Amino acid sequence: MGDKSHTLPFWKKYIFSTDHKMIGIQYTVTALCFMMVGLLMMLIMRWQLAYPAQPLPGIGGLFGDGNAPGGIVLPEFYNQLGAMHGTIMIFLGVVPLSVGGFGNYIMPLQIGAPDMAFPKLNMASYWVYFVGGVIMLTSFWVSGGAAQSGWTSYPPLANLASFGQTMWLFGMVFLITSSLLGSINFIVTIIHLRVEGLSFFRLPFFVWSQFVTSFLLLLAFPPLEVASILQLMDRLLQTSFFMPSGLVVTGEALTVSGGGNPLLYQHLFWFLAHPEVYVLILPAFGIITEIIANNIRKPIYGYKTMVYSLVFLGFMSFLVWAHHMYLVGMGTKMSMFFQVTTMIISIPSIILLTSLLLSLWGGSIRFNTPMLFSLAFLPMFAIGGLTGLPLGLAGSDIHLHDTYYVIAHFHYIVAPGTIFALFAGIYFWFPKVTGRTMNELLGKIHFFFSFIFMNGVFMPMFIQGLAGVSRRLWDPTQYAHAVPTQPLNEFIFISACGLGLAQIPFIINFFMSIFAGKKVDHNPWKATTLEWVAASPPPHGNFDTVPVVYRGPYEYSVPELNQDFWPQNQEGKN
Amino acid sequence: MSVAEIRYIDKPHPMTGVTNSKLGIWCFLASEVMLFGGLFSAYILLRIGAGSAWPEGSHHLNVPLATLNTLILITSSITMVMSWASLTIKNFASFKKYMSLTIFLGIAFLVVKAFEYGAKFEHHIYPSENTFYAIYFTMTGLHVLHIIGGLIVNLYLLFPGSGMWNKNPDQFMGRIEAAGLYWHFVDLVWIFLFPTLYLL
Repeated sequence: MGDKSHTLPFWKKYIFSTDHKMIGIQYTVTALCFMMVGLLMMLIMRWQLAYPAQPLPGIGGLFGDGNAPGGIVLPEFYNQLGAMHGTIMIFLGVVPLSVGGFGNYIMPLQIGAPDMAFPKLNMASYWVYFVGGVIMLTSFWVSGGAAQSGWTSYPPLANLASFGQTMWLFGMVFLITSSLLGSINFIVTIIHLRVEGLSFFRLPFFVWSQFVTSFLLLLAFPPLEVASILQLMDRLLQTSFFMPSGLVVTGEALTVSGGGNPLLYQHLFWFLAHPEVYVLILPAFGIITEIIANNIRKPIYGYKTMVYSLVFLGFMSFLVWAHHMYLVGMGTKMSMFFQVTTMIISIPSIILLTSLLLSLWGGSIRFNTPMLFSLAFLPMFAIGGLTGLPLGLAGSDIHLHDTYYVIAHFHYIVAPGTIFALFAGIYFWFPKVTGRTMNELLGKIHFFFSFIFMNGVFMPMFIQGLAGVSRRLWDPTQYAHAVPTQPLNEFIFISACGLGLAQIPFIINFFMSIFAGKKVDHNPWKATTLEWVAASPPPHGNFDTVPVVYRGPYEYSVPELNQDFWPQNQEGKN
Repeated sequence: MSVAEIRYIDKPHPMTGVTNSKLGIWCFLASEVMLFGGLFSAYILLRIGAGSAWPEGSHHLNVPLATLNTLILITSSITMVMSWASLTIKNFASFKKYMSLTIFLGIAFLVVKAFEYGAKFEHHIYPSENTFYAIYFTMTGLHVLHIIGGLIVNLYLLFPGSGMWNKNPDQFMGRIEAAGLYWHFVDLVWIFLFPTLYLL
């Protein structure tokens, strides 16, 4: 039958596996660890912001005199935490989890494939990601510390930063390579390895979202690779791609050739980084759609419209990048162009959200833990999306650019947005991966407190941003306009601690359920898509017999059936 | 029918008409277009931005040597196709001959490049000299890295990898075709690089 996995040695079965399921688990575990690191970094930053120049309680001695003498966070260390929090959460956490973890594990199952098109390439993608992550983390220990010029690494500042920035750049080269290899694998797998009967418009929306995301990763990352290469050339070989003529640093003129342009970096960077934010959200939309369809027991309203919107969104995402650059002085004509495209791109997002919202009407809703997270996603993403409008309009952006309003906007989308979707996906697909369900009570506790504290952390930041409090400030109280909103920082810190503590029931639940969770059969959620046909967990090769597909992905509550769901691979009505 | 087999490794998919590896290599080439496209865009932005202050470096480059390199690469693309064509008529000896020629021409390209770079370094002209040399060395340097990558793949396919011809000739031919597409792309990048850097 080809099930030779039981004859593989340990290192080939678990460490250097070419099985998409094992690789998906590797990505998931690694990414969750990185996200925990990112969360801890955030807690240190929020302490400093809430109680400027106060020693960190208890753990202050951990960071050494170079970073936090007497437990007081130095501005340089704060900047490192800021730059690396963003880098780690985006490139080592959310994307590897949503694409490398969920995409790798679930997508081949949902299309009926035995594995990805290029299993060895898949394995290489994971290990290149791992090496990139190690480079990123170890940069904290080099002289001068980690990258500290923002996750955006703008020159000239980043060009002049210490060695940690060079490590960041090399780390990015590894991460980008991993991403590119992975995206090729996803695209070929989705186009070529769908089983018989599974036409494109019968695909689960999750597969569509991974498909479009892969195109974004494939085509948008290379310009960031270029930006990284050029910044490496500037730093290591003293070129002046980004260094303008006549630059003076601490009183001395720089001895470089000059003639460069810092804006070149920004254009190259944002050409990737804008599609990157859609990479952050699209898999989440995919996960949410699967869970909502399953828990309303009726078809998704407007599936085809959602697919067209998704593709249009992917296309438009390449045309909006300079809305991150409204204040660089590129002129009103350029700003006008990007403002128009930015307004246009909000339309498909709204269509996606509205379709999901309208789907709820008349549904027979089951309020289990994955559904709670999925339902919460909808208003949280709505807040994040709507608060993007005053940022996308160049006029109002003048007041809000680089303030806490921006931080609140994007965190609402990624944190109670994407991360809630990822939690939902873990609770939903845990039975498929392990053959056991997670505990519902712990799940609901995790959800309830995470939801409250997410809002507690990020909602006050809108107020701070409107008051003009800038991003990346080590001590806001040094600015008179930031003093009135300073009490909010204490509130945010306490909420952040609550958010951190709220993850404990999840961690306990996760590990406890692996060993002692209630055992279930292959389809505990009574779902229609192909991954629930395979055993839990699926064997090497996934399916005992290759499924054939007869209908679309969300045939719930079909009349004349004796059950409220009609699996895609079931031939007749019986 | 084996249930654990990945399809379309050596036979084309009915909808796309290509195998997995051919679709995959085209996707990779799309990303490479974006990579070199990003560099060409950087060149355009830097040159237009500098206006009259642009350091006119193309005059100092060795156009005859670069022309020779252009001919070398174009010829190597032809020999690459010939090596693939030899497999279609099941002439393995001819495949080895043409693949060896392709590799030899690739190495010749690198040798010429070494002379070019060497001449610049002898005169203490490095990427840090000015923005023209910065973009010149970066673009041609990245191109050189791509040539080296292609040579490594071709060497693998000529020596250890050629055993696949006996076990699965269709899949091996697919690999040569994929390597050929990549090699043509690297040639095409040079055909854009040459006029942009040396002639304009």
